[in-house]
Amino acid sequence: MSEELYKQMAQSIIEGEKEIAIELAQKSVELNMHPLDTITKGFVVGVNYIGDQFGLGEAFLPELVMAGEAMKAAVAVLEPELLKLGEAREIMGRVVLATVEGDIHEIGKTLVGTMLSASGFEVTDLGVDQPAENIIGKALEIDAHLIGMSALLTTTMVRQREVIEELDREGLRPRIKVMVGGAPITKDWAEKIKADGTSEDAVGAVQLAKRLLGKE
Amino acid sequence: MQPKLILLTEDIIERILDEAYQLLLKPGIKVNNEEARDLLASAGAQVDLETNVVRIPEQIARKALETAPREFYLYDYDGNPTVKYGGDAVHFDPGSSGIAMLNPETLEHDTTETQHLLKLIKVAEQLSQYDAQSTAVVCHDVPQQIQDSYRLYLALLYSRKPIVTGAFTNKTVTEMIDMLAILAGGHDAAREKPRAIFDVCPAPPLIWSNFASGNLIALARAGVPAEIVSVPLAGAAAPVTLLGAVTQHTAECLAGITIHQLAKAGSPIVWGGAACIFDMKKGATPMGAVETAMLDCSYAQVAKSLNMPTHTYLGATDSKLVDAQAGLESGITAMIGALSGINMISGSGMLDFLSCHSAEKLVIDAEGIAMAKRMIEGVKLHTETLATGFYDDNINFKGGDFLKQRITMQLFRKEQHLPSNVIDRDSMRNWKEAGSLDTYGRAKVMVKQLLASYKKPELDPAKEAALRTFMLDLAKKAGMNELPMIEETPTLA
Repeated sequence: MSEELYKQMAQSIIEGEKEIAIELAQKSVELNMHPLDTITKGFVVGVNYIGDQFGLGEAFLPELVMAGEAMKAAVAVLEPELLKLGEAREIMGRVVLATVEGDIHEIGKTLVGTMLSASGFEVTDLGVDQPAENIIGKALEIDAHLIGMSALLTTTMVRQREVIEELDREGLRPRIKVMVGGAPITKDWAEKIKADGTSEDAVGAVQLAKRLLGKE
Repeated sequence: MQPKLILLTEDIIERILDEAYQLLLKPGIKVNNEEARDLLASAGAQVDLETNVVRIPEQIARKALETAPREFYLYDYDGNPTVKYGGDAVHFDPGSSGIAMLNPETLEHDTTETQHLLKLIKVAEQLSQYDAQSTAVVCHDVPQQIQDSYRLYLALLYSRKPIVTGAFTNKTVTEMIDMLAILAGGHDAAREKPRAIFDVCPAPPLIWSNFASGNLIALARAGVPAEIVSVPLAGAAAPVTLLGAVTQHTAECLAGITIHQLAKAGSPIVWGGAACIFDMKKGATPMGAVETAMLDCSYAQVAKSLNMPTHTYLGATDSKLVDAQAGLESGITAMIGALSGINMISGSGMLDFLSCHSAEKLVIDAEGIAMAKRMIEGVKLHTETLATGFYDDNINFKGGDFLKQRITMQLFRKEQHLPSNVIDRDSMRNWKEAGSLDTYGRAKVMVKQLLASYKKPELDPAKEAALRTFMLDLAKKAGMNELPMIEETPTLA
């Protein structure tokens, strides 16, 4: 019975069916299924599948985003139930995401946020055009484990370095890890500015975040 | 709305037809086949017994145009109509009858054998852009007498798709028709659901050879589709002007259709060709020239004015390698062919004036074809409102808003062609990590993958056995006691 339901849950994520995912989450609550099992044996299987398919070039961005949105919606139903049990889903880590000052591009960064959330991270997305003090201030406020910074322009990517230098001055590293991304960002750049890593796409960013936080 | 490329006004098309009918009378058509001359004579044409030149009155040709079908289909092995000849349907198939194949390792043009044809068939079989197979190269490892039937045999064994083929003699055309009947389950079945179409070539200027006329007659009587491949060479074997060459092409097609329909009215026949300009510096026949494509677009317009199904040769290149010239000539001419609404466009995969084939080029050309096919799908109305319906309460004025819409997921595959890995849209970093490959390098990888994923179709065992016996018998008569060991042929690296 629950096996069949798990399958349907995974499928709802794969198909990006947010409403169905919510219904299935509610049904699992009615059936007194353990919310953690529901997440890990049901919905997460779907997210992992679509992530793998994306990596293979078989799934595309809209499918990835819809899966992430469906996952977020399902988890939103299950989290209060976990709290009632006095439990919480293990949080993979708290992440602050932002596009750096002077840059208003955020499609990639938002995707990373969706995929991180779907994978069990607690994501605070500050949006675009964020100066270093906002990013660091928010990280301290929520006791973040990880900062993710995006920049699309070659003229604004230097801001990523400023944030890292500021973190270093404040002695906040290696407590807070930093990942950087954006079209002009290369591995060389990430190394040069002493970021902890960079990834080409949202699926890779999740893997990177897990690795940086020792959650592999 | 299917976008269309129009090069000729209705006025000019009328003048082309008018002058083509005049050419049928003066100088007339040289018909080097007695039976064809007899057919024409008994219909009222005047035959010069010394020169074999036949003067064909307009009304005989017009009657043939009336009896020729406006449309027909080719069927795959399973009996599905997958290729439509007629109207503005557009299909592509690999070029035919190459004699060499580009070796991806040595970059030499290797003489083609069984293994080369199989490689091309296996690659084309898995690329949806190719609606039909062709008997793409000549296999020099079998005797000349069976080189045409043997190619068809391999295509029938290794593909489910319809096949564009052709016979090299009047004897073999009958044998090849018999082969189709074996798989179809009899001649009536083969006629009802034709699997293959046969190219038949008049010789420019204005000649229907003994062999070509004989083929037309045999195909007409068998009810197996024929495709006229008229090849005016503008400036050498046809007038230098594009309009002059198209007019000669028209006359050659009209004469061919007349012979064909006189042999058996109602049999399917296609207005096709491999028209080409003549290169005045090299004396060559450039398939990649824009004027070549303009000739084809023009004669297709003439054909369409007569409601005839159409064929042409485009999507090929004259380059010797799969390089930038190959890409631009093949891509541009494939696009022109598609925009011309030509039913079957042959030529993909080919280099060096249609003499050399390349499996790697086939996978690259497939992307050019995909672009052309996407183009002719046009700009479609998918939604009730054009845009306003997309801006609901969830719009945050953020760049990614539309990625989160269900309709994006539903429609993106319809709106966008999703290219294969041959097309590079990677980031610099990913591209480098994947080996910094150029298009040809990526195509080589894809060909290897396709050869690995290929599965031979499961044919009816009795029919397959009968086909093998038939072919072996032909081979023995040609002095070859066994066929090349195709099953053991290692795929080319």
